[in-house]
Amino acid sequence: MADYITTLLLAFTSIVIINNLVFTKFLGTCPYLGVSGRIDMAFGMGMAVTFVITLAGTLTWLVDHYILQNPALAQYGLGVTNYICYILIIAGAVQLVEMYLRKFFPSLYESFGIFLPLITTNCAILGLCIFLNLWGTEDLIKAIVLSFGAGIGFTMAICIMAGIRENLALADVPKALRGAPITLITAGLLTLAFMGFAGMIK
Amino acid sequence: MADYKPTLGKTFLAGLWEENPVFRLVLGMCPTLAVTAAVKPAFTMGMSVLFVLICSNIVVSLMRNLLKPHLRILMFTLTIATFVTICDLYLKAFQSEMSEALGPYIPLIIVNCIIICRAEACASKYGVLISIVDAVSMGLGFTLALCIIAVIREVLATGIIAWGSYTIPVMWKSFVPLTAMSMPIGAFITLGLMLGLINLITKKQS
Repeated sequence: MADYITTLLLAFTSIVIINNLVFTKFLGTCPYLGVSGRIDMAFGMGMAVTFVITLAGTLTWLVDHYILQNPALAQYGLGVTNYICYILIIAGAVQLVEMYLRKFFPSLYESFGIFLPLITTNCAILGLCIFLNLWGTEDLIKAIVLSFGAGIGFTMAICIMAGIRENLALADVPKALRGAPITLITAGLLTLAFMGFAGMIK
Repeated sequence: MADYKPTLGKTFLAGLWEENPVFRLVLGMCPTLAVTAAVKPAFTMGMSVLFVLICSNIVVSLMRNLLKPHLRILMFTLTIATFVTICDLYLKAFQSEMSEALGPYIPLIIVNCIIICRAEACASKYGVLISIVDAVSMGLGFTLALCIIAVIREVLATGIIAWGSYTIPVMWKSFVPLTAMSMPIGAFITLGLMLGLINLITKKQS
């Protein structure tokens, strides 16, 4: 049992810090560059993504494991439809979150505006679902931990970036580099810092 | 824009420079950063996006009068997912080496902002012909941008350009490879400096 918990903790640390989806796999770069202007906004976006990614990761693992890869259904060749199934599940999860927020947290819903439906097209979420499949995650608890960790990792990345950009607004940046270019260069230096963690956990 | 009537030539040129998806609209960042460590995967990625973009633009353009507003994005993503599956299976069957190198980034074309953006901004408004021209031009613009970044990164990281079994030496003999260019940091910094350069050029023009 203790061994199992250690495995889960290692998996969680690994996906938050070492294999962070944003820094090592370039997933979710669009919101990472687009939304990270203010810390509160970035944190809200991160929380929404964490919720959707946990829900979507768990559901896709269940569908993948019990329906698409089920040996009893192998004759129908359902495996080829996996991408279509993933994107449907993600779109459904986003729709659910949107309805929930509109009903219970209208102010938060207002401040998200256009970003909420755009979570559907956030690469981090579909990316995680594909990675769960690629890594051959065998049990449900681990899939949930990995999905939740991916969301936390994304939130951490986007919040660090927002903190830097709030200070960057006061800096004297060359005219041509203002906006997206300097953000990309900052992101590059951040990934360098996170490369220091590489190889810590096999 | 009710009075804006796109012509074929203008649409074709727009994607290559005026509205280049990577350099001007800053869309589709994930593949741009992830697959540009070498030229061949970057080119394969560009061609895959071109294929998916043309097919999805044709289908979306044909069903543009049947779309309900709240189901629009879902229909787009499902259409795109279908063609991405075709593309993924093709690469697995005939280009297994490339399929392995690109890994999860081929299925990630589904959520590539460029394709959804073109479906929304062009194919769901105009006829089939304009949509095809728009898709070809956007796809070529994307491929071009990926290849430019990939050439810079591969040359700086290894000093040669490798294409399958052919290698073209570019740098001089005593050149010390900058391994960092093939890592994530190289991707971010190359793209950042490229965008800065493009900003400089467009500012000079205007």
